[in-house]
Amino acid sequence: MSIVNNRLTAAQYEANFSDIHPPFETRDAALVEANRCLFCYDAPCMKSCPTSIDVPKFIRQITTDNLKGSAHTILSANIMGGGCSKVCPVEKLCEGSCVYNLMDEPPIPIAKLQRFSTEKAIAEKWPLFQRKPSTHKKVAVVGAGPAGLSCAHTLSREGIDVTVFEKESKGGGLMTYGIAAYKVTPQFCEDEVNFITSLGGIAIQYNQELGKTVFLSDLQQNYDAVYLGVGVGLARQLDIPGEDLRGVEDAIRFIYDIRTNGFPSTPVGDKVAVIGLGMTAIDAATQAKRLGASEVTIVYRRTQDEMPCTEVELDLAKLDGCRIVWLAAPQEIVGENGQVTQLICSRMRLGEPDASGRRSPVETGETFTLDVDMVIKAAGQMPFEELVNANQLENRKGKIAIDGACATNLSGVFAGGDCVNGGKEVVDAVQAGKDGAKAILDFLNGWDG
Amino acid sequence: MADLSANFLGIKSPNPYWLASAPPTDKQYNVLRAFEAGWGGVVWKTLGSQIKNVSSRYSSVNYNGNRMMGFNNIELISDRPLDINLREIAECVRLFPDRAMVVSLMADNSREKWHELIAQVEDTGAHGLELNFGCPHGMTERGMGAAVGQDPDIARMVVEWVMEKATIPVITKLTPNVHSVVPSGRASVEGGTNGLSLINTIQSITGVDLDTLVPNPYVAGKSVFGGYCGPAVKPVALKMLTTLSQDPVTSQVPISGIGGISTWKDAAEFMLLGATTVQVCTAVMKHGFRIIEDLCEGLSNWMDEKGFKTTDDFIGKSVPTITYWEDLDINYHIVAHINPDKCIRCGLCYIACEDASHQSINLSYGKPYNTYSVIEDECVGCNLCKLVCPVDNCITMVEQRRGDDYLNWKEFQRRGLPLNDH
Repeated sequence: MSIVNNRLTAAQYEANFSDIHPPFETRDAALVEANRCLFCYDAPCMKSCPTSIDVPKFIRQITTDNLKGSAHTILSANIMGGGCSKVCPVEKLCEGSCVYNLMDEPPIPIAKLQRFSTEKAIAEKWPLFQRKPSTHKKVAVVGAGPAGLSCAHTLSREGIDVTVFEKESKGGGLMTYGIAAYKVTPQFCEDEVNFITSLGGIAIQYNQELGKTVFLSDLQQNYDAVYLGVGVGLARQLDIPGEDLRGVEDAIRFIYDIRTNGFPSTPVGDKVAVIGLGMTAIDAATQAKRLGASEVTIVYRRTQDEMPCTEVELDLAKLDGCRIVWLAAPQEIVGENGQVTQLICSRMRLGEPDASGRRSPVETGETFTLDVDMVIKAAGQMPFEELVNANQLENRKGKIAIDGACATNLSGVFAGGDCVNGGKEVVDAVQAGKDGAKAILDFLNGWDG
Repeated sequence: MADLSANFLGIKSPNPYWLASAPPTDKQYNVLRAFEAGWGGVVWKTLGSQIKNVSSRYSSVNYNGNRMMGFNNIELISDRPLDINLREIAECVRLFPDRAMVVSLMADNSREKWHELIAQVEDTGAHGLELNFGCPHGMTERGMGAAVGQDPDIARMVVEWVMEKATIPVITKLTPNVHSVVPSGRASVEGGTNGLSLINTIQSITGVDLDTLVPNPYVAGKSVFGGYCGPAVKPVALKMLTTLSQDPVTSQVPISGIGGISTWKDAAEFMLLGATTVQVCTAVMKHGFRIIEDLCEGLSNWMDEKGFKTTDDFIGKSVPTITYWEDLDINYHIVAHINPDKCIRCGLCYIACEDASHQSINLSYGKPYNTYSVIEDECVGCNLCKLVCPVDNCITMVEQRRGDDYLNWKEFQRRGLPLNDH
């Protein structure tokens, strides 16, 4: 047992990480599904989309061969509608509320249709949006993730000159760095960022990290407003013995490595335990398996009724051959010569509901041991509490506090996305960016006069 | 098991389904295959002076992913030599003596030409003749086809020429490209025709190609008006058929119904409105002869369920239910009811009623699902919500009479009853 890279052949990697939701291959295939859409009024799918994409309209536009109109409908509501069509948990959003579910019929494949329109728009660089003439107002956006880019695009369309400061060398945030490769490729993420900035008026400065190479006080001074979309990023610690052993890694780091270094270069254990059952846990577990781990065991404290991932995601892990152990909480990581060899877990039972309304796990006193050589921690992500405090931003446990107009306690400083909500879907961050941009525009207009 | 057999002026067929005069009936190969598949009869593609066709010839209208909801053509009558056609007709009659063989004719404009053609066709052993007074393109410019059918006097004259010579039953096929089919239908009956058939195709442009900007079908940068048919024309055909069934003159002869018949249900509807046999073309051009199986089985099952032993038991049965508007009962009132258990919250009924009708549906907001209910006092019973609803029997129309007695518009006015105040 050991953690090694290059476990598979190039062909195996390619097969294991190919597109999990392949697109429609032809217009005819898309039309079969598009024509099933009932064109609901005040449609449940639209109401279930955090960015309120007018789904019936964009699907109807596919059927009328108005693909440009369709892409515009999607992207004007959600500038990352291309990426969202690949990564959104649509089973709990638009597709989950499609009225066909109430007929016990398969819902319209909204995501696949959305991809049909947007992928073409991005690939062919359709100029769907035009900037208003420059107002000569300047806004700094920190973070080129979904919230920041959405905010930047909305502002630039209104004639604001936007500079985005990004700590990584590429834009897209978690879309680029934090999602399973079989859902969205790094190349697509790059194309999507380029599509967004092709509007003009958006300059992204890469490798610029808040608090290190760029400072909030400077931004406040040099720009008319600042938008913070710095996301979350620190993996929640387990606070159990053995957490510092070699072979203990956090899921964000693991996924980041896959995306930046490529599949053959990313080492993976032979027997891997994944702690947690959110979307990131699934992405880590399935990709560990697809990188060549022989056994992947997901350890979760509660039961299927309380799990944060969707059933579709859980099925994905099961189909990949991952084992799920319910009602098991990590108690200790054991190692030899500094390297992980075992994970000791407590068997749990469900007690009273906690603050989240879910029944909380209680120890039974029993334990069991898993022989593992790698432990991937996916027990949630923590906000950048230190950074937030250092900038005198009001916050709740590191989550930046904003008012109804997306404003922080600092004048002219706005915030949104994961750094405010603690970590939600990409689509939520896109909406937060839109809301932030609107608040900034109101602020700038008010400032005007 | 219901008896599907048909007897049209003594022309017998094992079922009422004939193939209409069209490409599927223009040669022995097709007709034998049709008879083998089970078709009751054919109307052989129109014979006359041999012509030349162009390429392309067809175009269609698709709707929401369904192909060929409407279909049009710019083909002319048979482009094959007359002697070959006649020889093949005789062979088909010999091989399938129990099937109806009707031959469509369009002779050049003289008594002699008609007489000559009729004599040649009768020699084949065919059972009947159908006069093509309906072709809307190509032949009309030469004073034939619809040019005959559109002028009752000319139609009468040509029918008289035919009847001087014909010894087998004559069916006159009418064009729909008139304000009413009754005048030419009457003229044909007065001229002596033994039966009528309708409709021929409707003059049409199916669409314009938005790349070339030339309408369809495309022939070297140009197009012409074509003849429209297929499921889209069925309602028009049913109306025209009914006017013949109601008319005291035209209702004296049997009618062969044509126009968009694709299923046994369509056929039953044509027969209920007065057709003795029905003719099918577009559905076969799309799907092939094999559709005859369900056409027969479906009709037979329906007849069994309704207790109809023969087709005569229901031919024309719905005609008396078509009345005049002013005889309709104003006291009859229905209101929509939405079954909440079946409702899938699509909102289609709501927006249709809101934007196009009477604002009679209430929307109670919910996320993501709204709840919809009918405001009965506002509902006029128009059916629109029921028509747009994608769920069968989710919206039903419930009778709530405004009064016990039958009250028509004439009586309503006579009594000076109040009209709507909003």
